[in-house]
Amino acid sequence: MDKVSKLELQKVACKVRMGIIEGVHAAKAGHPGGSLSCADILTYLYFKEMKIDPKNPKWEDRDRFVLSKGHAAPALYAVLAQRGFFDEKELLGLRQIGSMLQGHPDLKNIPGVDMSTGSLGQGISAAVGMALSAKHFGNDYKVYAVLGDGEIEEGQVWEAAMFAGNRKLNNLVVFIDNNNLQIDGTIEEVNSANPIDRKFEAFNFNTFVIDGNDFDEIEAVLKKAESSDKPVAIIAKTVKGKGVSYMENAVNWHGAAPNDELYEQAMQELNAAYAELN
Amino acid sequence: MSEVKSVATRVGYGEALVELGNVRDDFIVMDADLAAATQTGMFKKNFPDRFYDCGIAEQNLMGIAAGIATTGKKVIVSSFAMFAAGRAFEQVRNSIGYPHLNVVIGATHAGISVGEDGATHQCCEDIALMRTIPGMTIINPADATEARMAVFAALDCDGPVYLRFGRLAVPIIFDDNYKFEIGKGVELKEGNDVTIIATGLMVNEALQAHELLKAEGINARVINMATIKPLDKEIVIKAAKETGAIVTAEEHSVIGGLGSAVGEVVGEECPVPVVKLGVYDVFGHSGPAPKLLDEFGLRAVNIAEKAKKAIALKK
Repeated sequence: MDKVSKLELQKVACKVRMGIIEGVHAAKAGHPGGSLSCADILTYLYFKEMKIDPKNPKWEDRDRFVLSKGHAAPALYAVLAQRGFFDEKELLGLRQIGSMLQGHPDLKNIPGVDMSTGSLGQGISAAVGMALSAKHFGNDYKVYAVLGDGEIEEGQVWEAAMFAGNRKLNNLVVFIDNNNLQIDGTIEEVNSANPIDRKFEAFNFNTFVIDGNDFDEIEAVLKKAESSDKPVAIIAKTVKGKGVSYMENAVNWHGAAPNDELYEQAMQELNAAYAELN
Repeated sequence: MSEVKSVATRVGYGEALVELGNVRDDFIVMDADLAAATQTGMFKKNFPDRFYDCGIAEQNLMGIAAGIATTGKKVIVSSFAMFAAGRAFEQVRNSIGYPHLNVVIGATHAGISVGEDGATHQCCEDIALMRTIPGMTIINPADATEARMAVFAALDCDGPVYLRFGRLAVPIIFDDNYKFEIGKGVELKEGNDVTIIATGLMVNEALQAHELLKAEGINARVINMATIKPLDKEIVIKAAKETGAIVTAEEHSVIGGLGSAVGEVVGEECPVPVVKLGVYDVFGHSGPAPKLLDEFGLRAVNIAEKAKKAIALKK
């Protein structure tokens, strides 16, 4: 998949968004808003950036991905399914008894999941551990993590950032899915971590601010990250609920499933967007 | 009689890490700014390139350890029991326990015998906390010899291991012929009137209690229960059946520790009196460790009293 065009990425991202909506609708629960916001980042990572093999998900030298904002599991699962780690049909079992697709990522039972996450603030430490392991044992894989902008209110995030910065773990790339909304309101209303870029900079990261729903910008920033001598933090400005009109920038779609009517509307919008790409 | 040598179990831990470091290089050791106290400092001195200090950030310590373990590499992390099991409980549960990762947690300065630092550092809840995590192995060695053997075994154990060590120098009970096995209790003294099941520094007290009771004509069986989880149910049930009364002895809260674990098995499999000796739902306080052990009733004489109580409760 070396040469993946922007159009192809857009199509995959559209499919991923459908997978998110289908899964959350079937589960009657889940977190669509923050899944849709980071869908483009995950799509880019799994379809263009990361060195992975869906047929060998435990490949020792693979790049690692940690979804530190584990509640965006529907996005991760949809990307993994699109990438061929498991059958798309699995998405309809999301959050249900007997399904491998737990409400939050479970590394033991889901092919392609590199770390169990869900309790906010913990994933980044695991990503740092993976990056440290690679450095120590002489492996050349990279580690990518996606954090929420609400998640970084957790103190552990900054413990992890301090360590990564001090150890110059330049094999670590952290995305902050900066959709500006958390459960209780905007991040400013709740307990703002702004300015996020300057905080990571102060923790000795190379820091970039991009539009996280724009593949050109994602691609450009990851190119820059390749030559970094420090860990990289990418503040990705995103739209919560991106791609489904009534979910966009709406805090009430953080953790709610659409009813049948709204599900149909969402799928119509996504299908229309997909048709436009063809 | 030659004088008994006393060594803290944390020293046995530190020495074992160096020994392991000399023969294999497939593991990393980490600490949270307590290397001089936990004794991982010995490893740091010998293998500075294989030691990482993550500073005073125990939550991150556990998360990093989890990340390393996901890459198939081994890691041993240390802090005081209070911070390893207490402060970082949720990280141990969610980042290490839930994915069942091979992380060895070397928790030192457990229990009342921390001494002068007082209640904020005297962790008597760690066994209880760690027991509630599915798949967690918990080992509380009785002396430095057993501590060393436990470290060796833990490094190749499947899933997470919580090793509990003490600050205070305690008598060496075992020599190199001692056989340590994870999940196996060891009968140290025969007896059929009552069984004392002890762990950690209380094992030495239990051996003394055996002598005190013998002087009164009571034959107390003594079992060293280093592994608290998974508990050696077989040896507990056998003791319940053969001696009809059990005393547990631990330098830990009587809520949720060895006594609770033994009580659960006995209650379900072979009900006989189980009398628990431990810290009775109170915080510790500052003072020299030996005096605190006297004050909190964690001595041979206290075990002997409980043994007699257990015998009196027999039907």
